[in-house]
Amino acid sequence: MKSLLQKLAVTAGAFALMSSAIAADITGAGATFPFPIYAKWAEAYKKTTNVGLNYQSIGSSGGVRQIRAKTVTFGGTDAPLSGEELEKDGLVQFPTVLGGVVPIINLDGFKSGELRVTGDVLAEMFMGTILKWNDPKIAALNPGKKLPDMNITVAHRADGSGTTFIFVDYLSEVSPEWKAKVGKAPAVKWPAATSIGGRGNEGVAANVSRIKGSIGYVEFAYAKKNNIPYLQLRNRDGRFVSPDDKTFAAAAAGADWFSVPGMGISLVNQRGADAWPITGATFVLMYRNPDNRAASNEALKFFDWSFRNGRDMALELEYVPLPDALIKAIVSKVWSQIAR
Amino acid sequence: MNQNLYRKRLWTNRIGISLSMAAMVLGLSVLLWILFVLFKNGFAALDLNMFTQSTPAPGSEGGGLANAIVGSLMLVGFATLISTPIGILAGVYLAEFGNRSRIAELTRFMTDIMLSAPSIVLGLFVYAIIVAQVKQFSGWAGTVALALIAIPVVLRTTENMLRLVPGSLREAAYALGAPQWKVATMVTLRAAKSGVVTGVLLALARVSGETAPLLFTALNNQFFSMDMTKPMSNLPVVIFQFAMSPYDNWIRLAWGGALLITLTVLVLNILARVIFREKISQ
Amino acid sequence: MSTSPAGGGMLDARRLDAKNSQGDGSMQLSSNESGLRDETRLKIVRKQRIQDFFFHKITFSFSLVVLVALIGILISLLISAWPAFKKFGIDFIWTVQWDIVNDDFGAAIAIFGTLSSAAIAVLIAVPLSFGIALFLTETCPTWLRRPLGTAIELLAAVPSIIYGMFGLFIFAPLFAEYGQPALQSTLGQMPIFAPLFGGAMNGIGILAAGLILAFMVLPFIAAVMRDVFEIVPSILRESAYGVGCTTWEVVRHIVLPYAQQGVIGGIMLGLGRALGETMAVTFVIGNSQRISASLFSPGSSIASTLANEFGEADDFHLSTLFALGFLLFVITFIVLALAKILIIRTERAKGLQT
Repeated sequence: MKSLLQKLAVTAGAFALMSSAIAADITGAGATFPFPIYAKWAEAYKKTTNVGLNYQSIGSSGGVRQIRAKTVTFGGTDAPLSGEELEKDGLVQFPTVLGGVVPIINLDGFKSGELRVTGDVLAEMFMGTILKWNDPKIAALNPGKKLPDMNITVAHRADGSGTTFIFVDYLSEVSPEWKAKVGKAPAVKWPAATSIGGRGNEGVAANVSRIKGSIGYVEFAYAKKNNIPYLQLRNRDGRFVSPDDKTFAAAAAGADWFSVPGMGISLVNQRGADAWPITGATFVLMYRNPDNRAASNEALKFFDWSFRNGRDMALELEYVPLPDALIKAIVSKVWSQIAR
Repeated sequence: MNQNLYRKRLWTNRIGISLSMAAMVLGLSVLLWILFVLFKNGFAALDLNMFTQSTPAPGSEGGGLANAIVGSLMLVGFATLISTPIGILAGVYLAEFGNRSRIAELTRFMTDIMLSAPSIVLGLFVYAIIVAQVKQFSGWAGTVALALIAIPVVLRTTENMLRLVPGSLREAAYALGAPQWKVATMVTLRAAKSGVVTGVLLALARVSGETAPLLFTALNNQFFSMDMTKPMSNLPVVIFQFAMSPYDNWIRLAWGGALLITLTVLVLNILARVIFREKISQ
Repeated sequence: MSTSPAGGGMLDARRLDAKNSQGDGSMQLSSNESGLRDETRLKIVRKQRIQDFFFHKITFSFSLVVLVALIGILISLLISAWPAFKKFGIDFIWTVQWDIVNDDFGAAIAIFGTLSSAAIAVLIAVPLSFGIALFLTETCPTWLRRPLGTAIELLAAVPSIIYGMFGLFIFAPLFAEYGQPALQSTLGQMPIFAPLFGGAMNGIGILAAGLILAFMVLPFIAAVMRDVFEIVPSILRESAYGVGCTTWEVVRHIVLPYAQQGVIGGIMLGLGRALGETMAVTFVIGNSQRISASLFSPGSSIASTLANEFGEADDFHLSTLFALGFLLFVITFIVLALAKILIIRTERAKGLQT
């Protein structure tokens, strides 16, 4: 046994030596919403440059905590910080990618896009004030459709998440009652009496596909991948739209990003004939005067490369890449503030 | 009348015995069912790539679990390196010197409780004392959490095995003038060697499958990394993440990882029992 | 408890050693040559004593690691949880509220979910473990005892996350389709049980969590039961068989009363395990922060709340989660301590008998 221990100790020592020899990667931490695309970009970036990105998807508040503690080069968050908060910590903030959240249902006879609702009806369903699928308010929006006399089960996220934040941001925007009683946060107290929590998008998707008469919300990728029927929503311009990369991009097209300091605008319920109303962006936080300029530069190089080369990868994962004009604006107006 | 009573007792007995057999069959079938599901879903993912390539990005084809396997080996390996000496020496104290001391009695009691304490709380503890202080998830934090789970297992098995060593062996050594430490390490510990190995194997098996404490400590890492000061990929957390994803390739790998880890744990358990049994039969 | 001659025997040997060396020392005058030899002997003895002293201290300090860790856990959790306890006071424990947006928290929902799922688990696991222990100690052919016993113990070795995947992907759909309707149409029709088996049948929820947990804790309860059944003196057992008792009667009237405390200890051990189980429960409990009468409805346990919410929690929310962790630790500690005391008592009883 002694010799076994010795061998183990030697191997451990060898490991320790090897690990110190590996070059430092870019470190980031935060939101789970953009994790798949950051991971995808990182894999491709590593292949071309041999520089890795270690992004820890620990959640938006974790990302803010970590960047404040200066343990990472950039933090990721779905809930943007306000201009004052950024100023206080000497941080800059910019969006990296857009995505859409879609309401999904499990209702016999209804395929994707066959059921239409408005924002306030959606809010009432999630409030638990509309209890049945054949409620007159839903029926009025869907003339000629046969709606079952069935209870609505609400499926939501059990873990805190940017997906939830974008979704309840929208509900707060369209329903004053939701804003007053529930509010917006990465996790909220779900008011409907029959509501069921799932861990992660997949948990919600699994619950909705299993429970008849249920409604939930997931990132678009999960609805598409699992073939779960989604709803058509009426947008601010009064048109019913289905979710896809074009309607997500349309939501971002009309946005005035520099209307608030830190670009932290909300993309939900935007104007535009084709705009999907539940669209959101995810943000990156970096220091204006980083302690480690070399690391900060590496991170900027990574995002620059990804903005230019990562568009198809984003689309493949059902994200929407930023428009070219916006990328140029980020480089000239935001990145210029960062000391190189 | 008598006949009736006799028949009643006979039938009660028969029913009781059949029910107990049914319980046994049910327990066994659940084990077999789980193994069947694992093999059915996991066998397809078992190939060479699983051991040579790192976890793929979402939606990418191919890839494997190499980073998670190496990460798990390192976490579990270091946890074993830390917990084995501590557990064994503490076990020596309890078995050899700690018969009449109150502290030893208390330690023994608390160790038994720690054996079954919720592992997620240990994760919280390590998060509070290491991750929150260093402000960095790391392989070391994960190692400490796992070591804390392993120590009680090694400790109690060592103590129990040392107690099985006949007192005459110790007395003979003392009579030859051997000092206490030599008797403990060279005589009793050596005599209980296979028992102690059993304990270490059981501890290994126990920590190999732990997920909850690693969620808050080692976290995960997309790439191959052997830097223990950074977040580290590990099989349980990767399985957890991949199983809950929409990507077929990830789900396939999750089942493959699940099969791998379950087989490892079961083999370690069976190995521990075989070694222990050989020792007893000697 | 087993007697260990180590302590006493060792002390005697040392005293003997010391006496000898003193005696030898006085003989130094008579022979120079042997004096030298004695001095080296004395040196060796001294050296060995110092070594022993350190060995004793080192092993002792290692044995304290567990105690220190335990106290460290309590203190560090309490410190991290302090903001939450300070704000809500003792009311935290029975407040039915979990509102993350407004920072208004109570532990009652999670405690309820933890206790009810664990209670269901134990209710199901106890008769099963009893059956298994009975089978393995009384009726099983000797050559089969070992493999079957090991197989049951392996149920405990399967990692928790595997039970979770199994529960969510395999068990829950089947349970929703067959198990829950069957329960609702039988037990759900009886007046007292009706509310327990009402509501939507989703396959996941408190009852599903309890069922999965039952098979996870079953091996622990069965192992303790086996051990305490075997403690029953064979003379008791054999005399009962001798007067014509059936196996069932022997177990029911001799073994069970004799091993009663140990059996209860085993049950408590299982309960303690079930309370703290995390991954499997997180997958199948449904993760809803509410209390409902129906066992079919989703809930959440302390451990599942921790696993779900720790990642995205901000500072105060984090402190509340630490408070939950602290409560979980205290609850399991009490249950496991009781279990241990009962098992020790049974073992002592055996010690007195023989």
